[in-house]
Amino acid sequence: MSSSEGAPESWISSFCSLMGHEFFAEVSEDFIEDDFNLTGLQSQVPMYKEALEMILDVEPEDDEEEEEEEEEEDEDDALGGEPAYRRAGDRRHARVASDLSVIESSAELLYGLIHQRYITSRPGIQQMLEKYEMQHFGTCPRVNCNGCKVLPVGRSDTPGHETVKLFCPGCMDIYTPPNSRFHSVDGAFFGTTFGCLFFMTFPDLDIGPRLDAALSSISPRNAATQSRTGSLTRTPAGRQARSPTPENQPLEINGVRTPNLCPGLGKGKIYDPKIYGFKVSEVSRVGPRMKWLRMKPKNVVELDEAWNHEHGMSPQEARDDKEGDTEMNPEQSQDAAIANRKKAPMRRRRPNLGALVPTDPMDVHGR
Amino acid sequence: MEDFNSETDSDYTSYWRDWFVSSRGNEYFCEIDEDYLTDRFNLTGLNTEVPYYQYALDLVTDVFDLDADDDLREQIEKSARHLYGLVHARYIVTTRGLAKMLEKYKKSDFGKCPRVMCDGHALLPLGESDLPNASTVKLYCPKCEDIYNPKSSRHSSIDGAYFGTSFHSILFQVYPALNPEKSSRRYEPRIYGFKVHAAAALARYQDNQREDLKWRLAEVDINHRFIEDSESDDDAFEYDEDYVEGHVEQVKNDKLFGDAASLA
Repeated sequence: MSSSEGAPESWISSFCSLMGHEFFAEVSEDFIEDDFNLTGLQSQVPMYKEALEMILDVEPEDDEEEEEEEEEEDEDDALGGEPAYRRAGDRRHARVASDLSVIESSAELLYGLIHQRYITSRPGIQQMLEKYEMQHFGTCPRVNCNGCKVLPVGRSDTPGHETVKLFCPGCMDIYTPPNSRFHSVDGAFFGTTFGCLFFMTFPDLDIGPRLDAALSSISPRNAATQSRTGSLTRTPAGRQARSPTPENQPLEINGVRTPNLCPGLGKGKIYDPKIYGFKVSEVSRVGPRMKWLRMKPKNVVELDEAWNHEHGMSPQEARDDKEGDTEMNPEQSQDAAIANRKKAPMRRRRPNLGALVPTDPMDVHGR
Repeated sequence: MEDFNSETDSDYTSYWRDWFVSSRGNEYFCEIDEDYLTDRFNLTGLNTEVPYYQYALDLVTDVFDLDADDDLREQIEKSARHLYGLVHARYIVTTRGLAKMLEKYKKSDFGKCPRVMCDGHALLPLGESDLPNASTVKLYCPKCEDIYNPKSSRHSSIDGAYFGTSFHSILFQVYPALNPEKSSRRYEPRIYGFKVHAAAALARYQDNQREDLKWRLAEVDINHRFIEDSESDDDAFEYDEDYVEGHVEQVKNDKLFGDAASLA
């Protein structure tokens, strides 16, 4: 009976089709029915059993159906809103309205917590991949991320703390969803783990710039504007991002494919404030001070801390000694040279700075 | 736009600029003073940029009276909006224009930064180019100093040249006290509570870059501090000894992140 009547929409699918619930994947019933997956949730969710029954559309007493329908009618009016919930609620046995709404919210909470676990499981993450590829979660609002697709994440795994945020793999940052209907969705229903786990599970996903073609059609840039706006123009920046990097880049760095390591960061992807075409100096009182946030080394080997340590790149003294040191094999030394060139000037000054700066900055310059 | 035509036909007393800045989608614009518009010096060079320049200018300054057919009228109307936008870019870097835009900024008329760590800081409009038709308007967050796309599609079709590339920088040059304190707080991706190596390594690199910046600034006697390192003055210099490990900074950030997550 339940199936014939509930076939058009289960509680789960009606929950997921609610306004604001577009980010949710439909958790398979198999997953929910496996008690192992629900470990520990009993203590977190009030009226756990009833909530679980509601989610699974289990009907303990089938024959009361008819009368309930009528009773539910007035409840609908009394409670207002959330018609889809009520539809599912219709099939529950007779309860007082307040009771039902408690179960309803418990079911939501329980579903959210199961969802958090489900999307890190193999079938769940696969389902999220489909949603990701269809751009269900939207794109990064940051201009230099070129419309990189984002994922919903939470900042806490405990419900009731923060609403859902969007994680952009292009800049490793999180953003508030643009649409306010997501501002009431609990972030814990997606969890802190999902965002990164997703990209580690699918390391070969191309997360690079996406909107290049679309954007150029929206705002056609001719050659003149491109040369004028320089690094800010999207299309050339997107292409340059990979080409000018040193040739011997590893395929993988720190477990991430090099082209997938924050394609939205690094040279050419950092906003450069200008006044009448002149860059604002960082020494200016209100000069740019946040560029570091969007930085990425040109040569990603600099991020391989183990390698750097082995080759004496990281410790300060070693770095100073390394000046002109060419004992490494040719390609390594090239890497090192690049890294050194970038960092050396800063490091060299460092040891004396603490003492010198307040008293005599000229000494530093004089070296 | 259509209702405007009928409106002005019947009612000449409504000011075009009033209507323009209050119409939907034009929330980013401020009203240009009549004085500014009527000073020809301020319009130098725009006559070649805007078709039907004189008519458009008349329309904007409410002295338009030409019996034009609908087609022409529509074109003049379009020119008028374009002209207004281009003058707007010049106007908002003047003292009065800055003050007007500042009011709008304080009211968050341009929206709030989508970046979570910026806590909804107010944005400012900017163009990526000063030439019209090059790119649409973007929004600059003074807190993270990055630029974002407007979230509403009705704003994403506005030409960026109507605001210009320099406006937000000039605003803070003129009102340096309004420049927000910068924060070194960042998002740290975690998997089951463990930091992710690639992201953490990049974060350490960026932290080093930030320290480098501080030292470059220190060399010219600027003691820049981020909100997070607001302990005693000596601290900033002291923890440089631990610089290579980068742990001190890291731990501090961890704590902040944890606090933020659990408190909110």
